[in-house]
Amino acid sequence: MYPYYEQDWSVLPPENNRRFNPAFNMATIRQAFTEAVERVRMPTPTRLRDLIRQIRAARTAAEERAVVNKECAYIRSTFREEDSVWRCRNIAKLLYIHMLGYPAHFGQLECLKLTASTRFTDKRIGYLGAMLLLDERQDVHLLITNCLKNDLNSSTQFVVGLALCTLGAIASPEMARDLASEVERLMKSPNTYIRKKATLCAFRVIRRVPELMEIFLPATRSLLSEKNHGILITGVTLITEMCENSSDTLMHFKKDSGNREIVPNLVRILKNLILGGYSPEHDVSGVSDPFLQVKILRLLRILGHNDPDASEAMNDILAQVATNTETSKNVGNTILYETVLSIMDIRSEGGLRVLAVNILGRFLLNSDKNIRYVALNTLLRTVHADTSAVQRHRTTILECLKDPDVSIRRRAMELSFALINAQNIRTMTKELLLFLEKADAEFKAQCSSGMILAAERYSPTTRWHLDTQLSVLIAAGNYVRDDVVSSTIQLVSSSPVPEQTYITNRFWESLQVANHCEDKQPLLQVAVWAIGEYGDLFMYGANEDEFERPTESDLIAVYHKFLTSAQVSTTSKQYALVSLAKLSTRLQQCVEEIQALITSFGSHLNVDLQQRGVEFTQLFGHYKHLRPPLLEKMPAMQISRISSQNGESGGGSFDDNSPDVIENGVEGGGGGGGGVGGGHSLIESNMNTLGDNTNILLDLLGSTDLSAGGAGDLVAATDLSNAVHKKNSRNANDVAAPVSNNQDLLDLLDLDLSTPTSTTTGAPAGGGGVGGGGIGIGILALAGDNNQSSAANMNNMLGGLDLGGFGSGLDGSASIPTNGNDLASMLGGLGGVPAASAALTTPAAAGNLIDGGHAGSLLGDLNPTAASNNIVVPPQGPRLTALDRDGLLVQLVSVRGNDCMRIYMTTTNSSANTLEQYLLKAAVQRSFQLQMLTPSGSVLPPGGVITQEMRVVATSNATLRMRLRIQYVLDGQQQVEQTEVSGFPEQQPSAAEE
Amino acid sequence: MMLFMLLFSRQGKLRLQKWYMAYPDKVKKKITRELVTTILARKPKMCSFLEWKDCKIVYKRYASLYFCCAIEQNDNELLTLEIIHRYVELLDKYFGSVCELDIIFNFEKAYFILDELLIGGEIQETSKKNVLKAIASQDLLQEDETPQSFFDDHGLG
Repeated sequence: MYPYYEQDWSVLPPENNRRFNPAFNMATIRQAFTEAVERVRMPTPTRLRDLIRQIRAARTAAEERAVVNKECAYIRSTFREEDSVWRCRNIAKLLYIHMLGYPAHFGQLECLKLTASTRFTDKRIGYLGAMLLLDERQDVHLLITNCLKNDLNSSTQFVVGLALCTLGAIASPEMARDLASEVERLMKSPNTYIRKKATLCAFRVIRRVPELMEIFLPATRSLLSEKNHGILITGVTLITEMCENSSDTLMHFKKDSGNREIVPNLVRILKNLILGGYSPEHDVSGVSDPFLQVKILRLLRILGHNDPDASEAMNDILAQVATNTETSKNVGNTILYETVLSIMDIRSEGGLRVLAVNILGRFLLNSDKNIRYVALNTLLRTVHADTSAVQRHRTTILECLKDPDVSIRRRAMELSFALINAQNIRTMTKELLLFLEKADAEFKAQCSSGMILAAERYSPTTRWHLDTQLSVLIAAGNYVRDDVVSSTIQLVSSSPVPEQTYITNRFWESLQVANHCEDKQPLLQVAVWAIGEYGDLFMYGANEDEFERPTESDLIAVYHKFLTSAQVSTTSKQYALVSLAKLSTRLQQCVEEIQALITSFGSHLNVDLQQRGVEFTQLFGHYKHLRPPLLEKMPAMQISRISSQNGESGGGSFDDNSPDVIENGVEGGGGGGGGVGGGHSLIESNMNTLGDNTNILLDLLGSTDLSAGGAGDLVAATDLSNAVHKKNSRNANDVAAPVSNNQDLLDLLDLDLSTPTSTTTGAPAGGGGVGGGGIGIGILALAGDNNQSSAANMNNMLGGLDLGGFGSGLDGSASIPTNGNDLASMLGGLGGVPAASAALTTPAAAGNLIDGGHAGSLLGDLNPTAASNNIVVPPQGPRLTALDRDGLLVQLVSVRGNDCMRIYMTTTNSSANTLEQYLLKAAVQRSFQLQMLTPSGSVLPPGGVITQEMRVVATSNATLRMRLRIQYVLDGQQQVEQTEVSGFPEQQPSAAEE
Repeated sequence: MMLFMLLFSRQGKLRLQKWYMAYPDKVKKKITRELVTTILARKPKMCSFLEWKDCKIVYKRYASLYFCCAIEQNDNELLTLEIIHRYVELLDKYFGSVCELDIIFNFEKAYFILDELLIGGEIQETSKKNVLKAIASQDLLQEDETPQSFFDDHGLG
């Protein structure tokens, strides 16, 4: 395809070269003439406007596609033929096609060719195309960098302008580096048109490559003494970016920015703008250059932040702006908004702050939604600085909760949470509950967790707290996060008995409402837990509130409904099943019905429910006598703050994201022989599996019960309690662990039931001569119940499942072994040392327990399973002894992880003293990064163990050495030990660093 | 800093797109689609701001066209509305009571005007007069280099 004129006829091949055609006669002349006319008449490709018209005329998407495809094919062919006359038009058409969403990448190189053209039209379209079509691909970028470099040196200001504009839009880090010096040169140009553009280019360059800031520093000197607003605003923008980027630069500007100090200089410019009188060029509905004013106010904010002197210097002008700005239009409010932000951020005077909050108060009452939104947003940012001032606007803020606009509602909700305090908790909660009921699904989770958190912090009475918790569970339904379930259970468990009765009844009432069990499963879970746990109080306890009690068969009927409903989740059914088992010991008549219901689960399709069914059925059959002690009431749980994982809350209304920690109270001895509190060990191990932040809290509670045996008969009961899984609710993987956890229980039970003699704790190798006693394996909590739901719920607990009394007690003398110190300490607990608590983390430590042959088979069987899924096991690898002095043994085991080396520190105390406030500090060389996780405890009783995990990331190939400082308090005396450890296995620099 | 600006019609057709951040083409399309649907679904009485990903969206409707900008967290939303308004004023002055069709058929001019107002997502000129003057001079330059007789064919037509 040729354009209608050919520049040089002579170079054409003879058959096309009509000028020298040998067959030169009238016919050929006429033909040539007609052809020429023809070419002149329809020579050009479709015009841009025509194409747009054609495309717009297409009635269907298919038709449009046909037009576009045809045109694209044509454009491609012209590109192939290196047509340069129509390139500009074709690219313009391609850009339109690109905007419609069709691929246009084949035009990238043609754009570059256009930019290299000498015609301004070509350049204009070429750079436009470059800005729209180019991505950050290296090869193309090199080409455009060259084009830009040429044009930045052009003598035409508009060509330079085009190049600067393009650079500002698509500068990649490489381009920024290559062209920074050109930009710097242009920043000093006398031509304001070029200078302002170059200044913004410099801003962009710094954005991409902050190291290049140095180059531009000298050129910023004179920017603020200009009159031209274009230069001023771009200059302020550039300086703002520099100051935000580095504190050194901020100091540089504060000290010296040319002839004058920067703050007075900016104040002067701002003052001129406000008081300078009407200037039509920059006036926007009565306000002089709001764009520049806002930029200056923002820079002042950065300069005055934490700087009393600078703040002092700008107080007056801020007050002036705040009082003198016309507020009837958006422009005025724009400036006021920025002023308020600045006042709040600098060390401003008290009076000024009041002024600022009042401005926001006025904003809240503004009819313009945008202004209201901005007000809420700003109040949220300032609420922590000045709560009382914001409190005055509480009613208005609560009103905003009902706004139809989701943006405003979200802000209002976050602000409401920030405003809750002990005085207004009741009214605020009432309002928020109303909001929660009607809120969209996206708000419910965040709002319910926020309310629970606030209630926990400020609740006036237990009953109010319980009621609120219940209302939240009802209002938020299935959107409630798991943390709310667990915190409610903890709350109920630690409440006084009348409150427990009361709330159980409230739960029962709430379950009567239709659809509650399907739509509000978290409520269902908490409710059945409470009914199961406090069934006796609920049905037969003191009835202070004079509620109506259901009959036992009603109760069972409701359970039957849940357990057979297809809409109820497996997790909820797990709760219900455990609850039902508990009820069997608390109810008086309906035990057969319960048994039938539980037995029916023995063949359930879900493996977990089936397992529960089978296990509980055993408690109705041969081991009937075990049921009451096993299904004892759970001890009161200590309340721990729930944490919330709310990724979406930007307001910072929640404080921490730490994993939940629940401590279980020690179950006192059950028997008549005098209860002896067991040693209870809390194992807490934080583990990161495969990069997810699964926090598994493992509680291995080994407590010993001395129960009703004869004087010489000892029942050593090992309470192996809850391997509690607590995961951050975000994590979905780790499916295997819960299953095998339940396996633990099965193993335990199997073991117990089939070979009771061998499991008798404390039966040493020669287990003969044992008297009648009981072995209680108190399984305080079964962990990891949730196979399906990713969030394992720690509260799904089986309270006090004690399997005991197999008539294989021990001779008192024989039962107290003389081995392993851990065990000794635990049995020391038996002897009446209730405080003995040992923290175990590693199976190696647990192994000590087993070593003595004490409870060998039981723990031996348990440990491998537990270890396989719960405990971070560092058994292999060299064990380095860091310190062994006066019975204090500090050992390190290192394991190489994917991206770091994990070092497990185990401290054991074999002395007879209790060490308190134990603290380990570690230091490594500079080429390593050390992260220390929380230790398992800080008190080391005799025989106690503290574990702590450390993570080391190597940044170079050095050999790791570690300096340890160990502090503890012994008999009130601070002791410090220092030691250095080396000989860790070689660690490669991590992949992330390479 | 403004991250991008989109102009789209009430029917959801994109009329102009200006990106100040380097996104791959696919991402750009996805963002556009998401924002167009979200904004078109909002009722006229709602406020002009949206929180979206880690940035703020400011939009405003002028006749049949929506002007939508993404700005950073600490940028002034209200000022962004003023920038949009300033751009509309400039278009209006340039085209003479601008309508959607003007922007469809002269989209490149709309881009040129925007490029004289903003660079790299920041305002470069606060005087309307200066912006229009720069555009007019560049248009003149374009006309000068195209011989009058050829203009119809050589120009974009």
